[in-house]
Amino acid sequence: MSVLVYTESEQGKFKKNAFEVASYASAVAKMMGTTVTAIAFNTTEGESLGEYGVSKVMNVKDGSLETFNAGAFSASIAEAVKSTDAKVVILSSSTDTKYLAPLLAAKLSAGYAPNVVQAPDSTAPFMVKRTAFSNKGFAHTQIDTDIKIVGVSNNAFGAHENKTEVSVEEISGAADAATNDTKSIEIDKVVGKATIADADIVVSAGRGMKGPENWGMIEELADILGAATACSKPVSDLGWRPHGEHVGQTGKPVASNLYIAIGISGAIQHLAGVSASKTKVVINNDPEAPFFKAADYGIVGDAFEVVPQLIEKLKDFKAQNG
Amino acid sequence: MKILVCISNVPDTTSKINFTDGDTKFDTNGVQFVINPNDEFGLTRAMWFKEKQGATVHIATVGGPTVEPTMRKALAIGADEAFRINTEPTDGFSVAQQLAEVVKNGGYDLVIGGRESIDYNGGMVPGILASLTNMNFINSCISLEIDGTNVTAVREIDGGKEKLSSSLPLVVGGQKGLVEESDLRIPNMRGIMMARKKSLSVLEPVEAIKATEDKKFDKPAPKGQVKLADSVDQLIDLLHNEAKVI
Repeated sequence: MSVLVYTESEQGKFKKNAFEVASYASAVAKMMGTTVTAIAFNTTEGESLGEYGVSKVMNVKDGSLETFNAGAFSASIAEAVKSTDAKVVILSSSTDTKYLAPLLAAKLSAGYAPNVVQAPDSTAPFMVKRTAFSNKGFAHTQIDTDIKIVGVSNNAFGAHENKTEVSVEEISGAADAATNDTKSIEIDKVVGKATIADADIVVSAGRGMKGPENWGMIEELADILGAATACSKPVSDLGWRPHGEHVGQTGKPVASNLYIAIGISGAIQHLAGVSASKTKVVINNDPEAPFFKAADYGIVGDAFEVVPQLIEKLKDFKAQNG
Repeated sequence: MKILVCISNVPDTTSKINFTDGDTKFDTNGVQFVINPNDEFGLTRAMWFKEKQGATVHIATVGGPTVEPTMRKALAIGADEAFRINTEPTDGFSVAQQLAEVVKNGGYDLVIGGRESIDYNGGMVPGILASLTNMNFINSCISLEIDGTNVTAVREIDGGKEKLSSSLPLVVGGQKGLVEESDLRIPNMRGIMMARKKSLSVLEPVEAIKATEDKKFDKPAPKGQVKLADSVDQLIDLLHNEAKVI
């Protein structure tokens, strides 16, 4: 019996969240007095998980699984759960993992608690704290099934080094008994740019920017900070920015270290969606904007004056501080 | 084509969230309930299939009699027939088991649910439902086209999107993008009148495994006072030296 963690990789390299979920799995294993086994697909750097408390890596080496497929991936993970007799499975909160998690839950008749923000409250009974009501509250959820699946929120637990002796074993993909005619045709993805899901910093703008033609300065600010760009719901509804940038209750959640909101007044749905961010900065010309009540830092001022200044000063700051 | 849209009855997005009974229950006092937004995008796409491709659209909701006004709204928007499974929804796994019975008995080609409900955020009902009924599954779906039994869809991925092919029967976890916000329909008087006459059947629940229980709730700690910077220099200093985020 061990704790099994699914560590995501892209072109062989682990994603940032892989080390966070490995660290989480290591914390759970310690509570339960057991060890951590990881499953990965076509990774070239399995040993690196030893830095985060993983003692065994099962690397599925299979050319047909180079591209993510929820059905096929969940079948191989389910097989690994059975072969290691794992009672707890740790997953991330990426879009891909949220796609396969319910399929895995059904295959294993396992209870699944997503969006978990800290180490379990207890392991017997198995109780975890997770966000609910779109970040307006937390639920302490007890998982009652024999096998338990935990989805860890992005950037909530953090990666913690814990050097462990690790062995890597290559295995082949498992066959899936379930119907699965779904195939990838084309992936359209920005490369070399931070995404809202894993960026340390997110720069977000709202209707205060007056029109899509004014986003140049938002993108420039994001570039300097190595940040992802995001927007409020009205901006995406107006078609000024793509849907993928919409953050908030019905858009994407944000859990970055720094969230900068420019010209966003702070509707309750938006505040809920970004509340997991650790430091929030607001730039708005209206001192009564509700966002100031939810922010850590702010500047009351016109975005069209403040943002260009911020860009210039940050360039100097980056030049000095590297 | 026969479509089932699974609808969750959730607090309006503007609702303030409170808990009661020693923080063990969501306080519904003064809360307005609506169709879960992710489900409504799916329902609206289903209306398009009804109007352009002659599909029949049913809806199903797991819940007690109090969910019926939300179901009537879905009928007023244009769904043809409704099923209410008469039990309180406790966890995603058991809700999916209840809905699976409706799907198996109804012979549906396409089942659409929301990617997640905006209340308990389980995000598992469509996927578990697909597994229990042995149907194909596409999650976080932002575009859906159907030609015969061939499906072309787009799903959101972190940092972009992925185009997929699949086939009916299919379960979809929907969200904004399936239709635009501006495509959403407000029921008109004729729709509301017609909805009153449409069939809303009450089904008794089947035995289901309860996989998880929300034992206790709490709210985020109140936020401290915002620190206002007088200048951009001061803001950069605070972010660097105090918050240590740049």
